[in-house]
Amino acid sequence: MKKRFSWQNLYLIFVFALLYVPIFYLIFYSFNRGGTMTHFTGFTWQHYTELFSDSRMIEIVVDTLLIALLSSLLATIIGTLGALQIYSVKRPVVKNAILSLNNILMVSPDVIIGASFLIFFTFLGFKLGFGSVLLSHIAFSIPIVVLMVLPKLNEMNLSLIDAATDLGATNFQVFSRVILPYIAPGVFAGYFMAFTYSLDDFAVTFFVTGNGFETLSVEIYARARQGISLEINALSALMFVFSLLLVVGYYFLNQYNSSKRTRKRQRLEATQIK
Amino acid sequence: MKRLVSFILGILAVCLLLFMTSSHLQKAQGLTNSDTLTLYNWGDYIDPQLIKKFQRETGYKVRVETFDSNEAMFTKIQQGGTSYDLAVPSEYMVQKMRKAHLLKPLNKSRIHGLANINSRFLNLGFDPDNRYSVPYFWGTLGIVYNDQMVKANQVQHWRDLWSPRFRNQIMLVDSARDIMGMALIEQGHSVNTTNPVQLNAAKKRLDQLSPNVKAIVADEIKMYMAQDEAAVAVTWSGEASEMMANNSHLHYVVPSEGSNLWFDNLVIPRTAKHYKAIYAFINFMLRPENAAQNATYVGYATPNKAAEKKLPKSVANDPQFYPDEKTISHLQVYQDLGPRMVGIYNDKFLEFKMHGH
Amino acid sequence: MKRFNPAYSFLYILWIVLFVIAPLVLIVYQSFFDISGHLTLANYQAYFGSGTYLKMTLNSIWYALLITLLTLLISYPTAYWLNQTKNKQLWLLLIILPTWINLLLKAYAFIGILSQNGSVNHFLTFVGIGPQQLLFTNASFIFVAAYIEIPFMILPIFNAIDELNPSFVNASRDLGATNWQTFSKVIFPLTINGVKAGVQAVFIPSLSLFMLTRLIGGNKVITLGTAIEEHFLVTQNWGMGSTIGVVLIVAMVIIMFVTGERRKKGRKGE
Repeated sequence: MKKRFSWQNLYLIFVFALLYVPIFYLIFYSFNRGGTMTHFTGFTWQHYTELFSDSRMIEIVVDTLLIALLSSLLATIIGTLGALQIYSVKRPVVKNAILSLNNILMVSPDVIIGASFLIFFTFLGFKLGFGSVLLSHIAFSIPIVVLMVLPKLNEMNLSLIDAATDLGATNFQVFSRVILPYIAPGVFAGYFMAFTYSLDDFAVTFFVTGNGFETLSVEIYARARQGISLEINALSALMFVFSLLLVVGYYFLNQYNSSKRTRKRQRLEATQIK
Repeated sequence: MKRLVSFILGILAVCLLLFMTSSHLQKAQGLTNSDTLTLYNWGDYIDPQLIKKFQRETGYKVRVETFDSNEAMFTKIQQGGTSYDLAVPSEYMVQKMRKAHLLKPLNKSRIHGLANINSRFLNLGFDPDNRYSVPYFWGTLGIVYNDQMVKANQVQHWRDLWSPRFRNQIMLVDSARDIMGMALIEQGHSVNTTNPVQLNAAKKRLDQLSPNVKAIVADEIKMYMAQDEAAVAVTWSGEASEMMANNSHLHYVVPSEGSNLWFDNLVIPRTAKHYKAIYAFINFMLRPENAAQNATYVGYATPNKAAEKKLPKSVANDPQFYPDEKTISHLQVYQDLGPRMVGIYNDKFLEFKMHGH
Repeated sequence: MKRFNPAYSFLYILWIVLFVIAPLVLIVYQSFFDISGHLTLANYQAYFGSGTYLKMTLNSIWYALLITLLTLLISYPTAYWLNQTKNKQLWLLLIILPTWINLLLKAYAFIGILSQNGSVNHFLTFVGIGPQQLLFTNASFIFVAAYIEIPFMILPIFNAIDELNPSFVNASRDLGATNWQTFSKVIFPLTINGVKAGVQAVFIPSLSLFMLTRLIGGNKVITLGTAIEEHFLVTQNWGMGSTIGVVLIVAMVIIMFVTGERRKKGRKGE
């Protein structure tokens, strides 16, 4: 038993190493005095100081995060409601039809999505910029949220809901007290994935942006014409470390809170028994 | 539920904070007033110091937005919804934009310094009398080789690329017109041919090149060549000069039998709004000292004759980038062949790419 | 459950109409126009008539299959063993985290790692094998594409395994099944939906990969996505690009109906 366990860990370590090798590679070269990503000639903070004095770049980072946080929040809300709607459809043909429509944006190449959104926005006379980028990001993030929430709904035990209604719960109470807590992991996963999609997107944003508004990936592509500058490496390194701290911090805070909550509940129950 | 609500509120609070930071940064850069000129340019295609200088001199603000292909820029300008004041298309795209009525004619009386431009680069087929465009940079298509792997006399002409010596050694730039054009010139035809026999022959000739082709890539070609990834590359002079700045073993050759001559040009798209600033900027860029400074920064050849004199001798006399009269006389400029013909060029190129395996 | 009040999902329906159906209609409409703007079936004729596009489609499907298979082979054991660790949710988050770094940057990192003077070749030289051509090979393209897709495969499989009732596994063990039997007869069938979701999330995007085909594959592999990108951005032949897009979407709908809900429902009803 013990031996098998170490093999598993070895495998997991291997996969994690694989996933993180390119990222550590990027971070390593962000300290390269040589200015390229192949020959390490010496250590320098230069690329980081460049980054901090580049106020246009900082503005772009801020805008990118704003778009990602906001669009994924709205997409999660709309997508969760959409998943509930799909769940309540009984006929499998209709259900599959809606699901197919839902998935079209997931499978269409970004270039097609971007071009058709551009035509759509200009057709409506929409000014390109923050608003059009935000709407597009919401639009292409919704399907992944639906796909994350729907399985949770499908596996939910219907008797739970029946019991709640029998006990006199209103529709809203059923939703907020029974359904929502049950599907919450799916909702969070959906938010997380929507956020990922938004950060990653280049092609759609490129088409629908304008009037001075840019996101990080568009800027990176524009700068890549001259080869990637290590300032971008420095930025990625900072963002990576920041999100790592955020994720680990959030996780342990959560753990701490939930364990405190259970302890509190135990104490409460104990006093009640007394 | 409570946790979810606090989660949502938390995100909204962060968003508000980010929004305030963003608008504060925008104000700090002074980009919110109406006197802002929007330049729609290729990435890193102007010296940022020049923009600062322009802003100091004239009081106008400049915002630079970037595109990565002529066609993407065309789509954005055609669809509207933006307010680009100046754009920098290549010559065939000037012609195409003109036909699509996307350009505003230049008011010549407001332009000073057009005489600085080498007359060779004015009044060309894509824009007679320069009614719509002012040349910005120019260059050629040619061969880059690495002297550690290849001797100079082995790559002087297009036909040398077909030599079995270069098996899996050549990188091509991912551009249908340029690679088809290369094969057409090698066979002694015009780069603007519409003759299907010549085009088919060119495609066949390219298929024979397949074993020598290592990769067909875009901007990355500079990095690959600088890193000694391949011995030979077919690319544009501007890209070549950048690779050579990073790797002293690289050299650039314009085959004497002929090649492509290209231009990037300043034009006023129909989305333009701030005409005073536009003409101020065009005139600013036509001034020899500014054009020379820009050419030094970007590394491309300037069409500005007066500026050429201000460049270091080693640059202005370098036959790789400022070729002699005889070579220049063999160079051909692309014409817009219309969508159907361009489609045929692209299909042939796609077939060539797929021929690889 | 009482019927879900459709008023709440108004926004979702609006989204489907505005951002799915409208672009879809636009694409289908455009696919009937040739490059000069004439109404025609020529695009479909060109697609199904010339060997070039069909060959490209087969090629594309073949590479997408290889990428999906490699991704699945790496991801399933990862998801399975990840489930047995302490703090498994944290580890899962850490699997997703690399996707937050820009794709182009990761591609450039791989170029640095795989190039002639890169880290891998330094290692190969060091152990005496000597430098190899790694970039622009099919193997490196498939490897890097799989790298990009792994997190999207692990996530659904992980969730499926997470929901697996451990008593089934215990029962199987108690009844004397070997580890392999438990896996192939109990665990894998019960997590097949996660695998399906993962395959859907990886296979179809793999058909339309475009940037990696150029950066890592050197344009020696042409996928449907590459062709669409070319037609939209270079040739400006939006009609042909849309036609390939329509083919992709039809393929997706077929895959959805084959692997979709219906079967699962049927099995549950039995």
